[in-house]
Amino acid sequence: MSRELNLTLKVWRQDGPDAPGRFDTIAAPGINDEMSFLEMLDLVNERLINEGKEAIVFDHDCREGICGTCSLMINGQAHGPQRGTATCQLHMRKFADGDTIVIEPWRAAAFPIIKDLMVDRAPLDRIVEAGGFITADTGGAPDANLIPIPKPVADSAMDAAACIGCGACVAACPNSAAQLFTSAKVGHLNLLPQGQAERHQRVEAMVDTMEEFFGSCTNHGECEEACPKEISIDFIALMNKDYLAAKFKNRKLLSRK
Amino acid sequence: MSIPSSACNVCLGTALREIPALHDEFRKDLRVTGSGESTNQTLEKAGRIDDFFELAQVMCLDALTREESCGGHFRAEHQTDEGEAERDDENFAHVAAWEWTGDPAQPARPVEPLEFDNVHLAVRSYK
Repeated sequence: MSRELNLTLKVWRQDGPDAPGRFDTIAAPGINDEMSFLEMLDLVNERLINEGKEAIVFDHDCREGICGTCSLMINGQAHGPQRGTATCQLHMRKFADGDTIVIEPWRAAAFPIIKDLMVDRAPLDRIVEAGGFITADTGGAPDANLIPIPKPVADSAMDAAACIGCGACVAACPNSAAQLFTSAKVGHLNLLPQGQAERHQRVEAMVDTMEEFFGSCTNHGECEEACPKEISIDFIALMNKDYLAAKFKNRKLLSRK
Repeated sequence: MSIPSSACNVCLGTALREIPALHDEFRKDLRVTGSGESTNQTLEKAGRIDDFFELAQVMCLDALTREESCGGHFRAEHQTDEGEAERDDENFAHVAAWEWTGDPAQPARPVEPLEFDNVHLAVRSYK
């Protein structure tokens, strides 16, 4: 049996990156607890529109936890209270009748607010552009087991590749650092044979680009707690190891045009 | 269950009469809150629905114009006694596209004939 929740939302509203923001208190009665958090916001928006008010702007796309588009600080936690879950897969049954829920956008200097709860996460794209690729011609799908990769390595690369690039790690970090995101993107390529050609160039370019936009990592570990894909901060250690090796190898100077 | 013949042209005709009226109503009686000054997802959605009316209209017009059945296009009035698709290669062995003319009810229809020199057109039988 589903329950009905009567909630009060405190939602951050802001017209643009430079406009002053404010918290709007919005009553949300009669919320079915089988709704996802985003469906609850859809319903609230429908009611706002029927009252002639402007709908709350928020990012969403696949609604099945794989695209990394949804992004809300719910009661001060990135993607809300449930571990290993993106906002779109968080359900209202995790909340109690009478709750007040505070909903904010990702807060980080590198993520300017576009409007209300929607932020611009383009700096994450700049990091991927800097080295999140391989240049080896991969051709068609090779036969299975043609390139021997130890199972623990393949598993580890897969764990890193689970990163959906939502930016929760940055939002949860007291320094607004993007180490967990960058290390996941570096890690999934640097662990595999196909990624070796650019291994050192990649880590150097991606870390240097990251530092143009984001704060520095001080090993708080908040990122791992917030990550909807539960990516381990071990990848940050792997990235730092490769970064140090890259500095000794000085590949950046070798590839200089 | 047999599909009633001559059902499709009636339905498509009705749709083609009703869609422009619905589209007109949508444009005149629509609630879009907020403004165009900053990001407005409500306005984005309204724009998409506006496009869908034109898409719906051209899809119905296309289905009504194509007096045959072929592949995913099945017109109930164009079927064999056994309920299989009945093609009209004389008139429809071509590639066609609808061209925007400014009036969604009167798009142009440029056509490129399909020619089969080596393997000639035939009717597939699953029997």
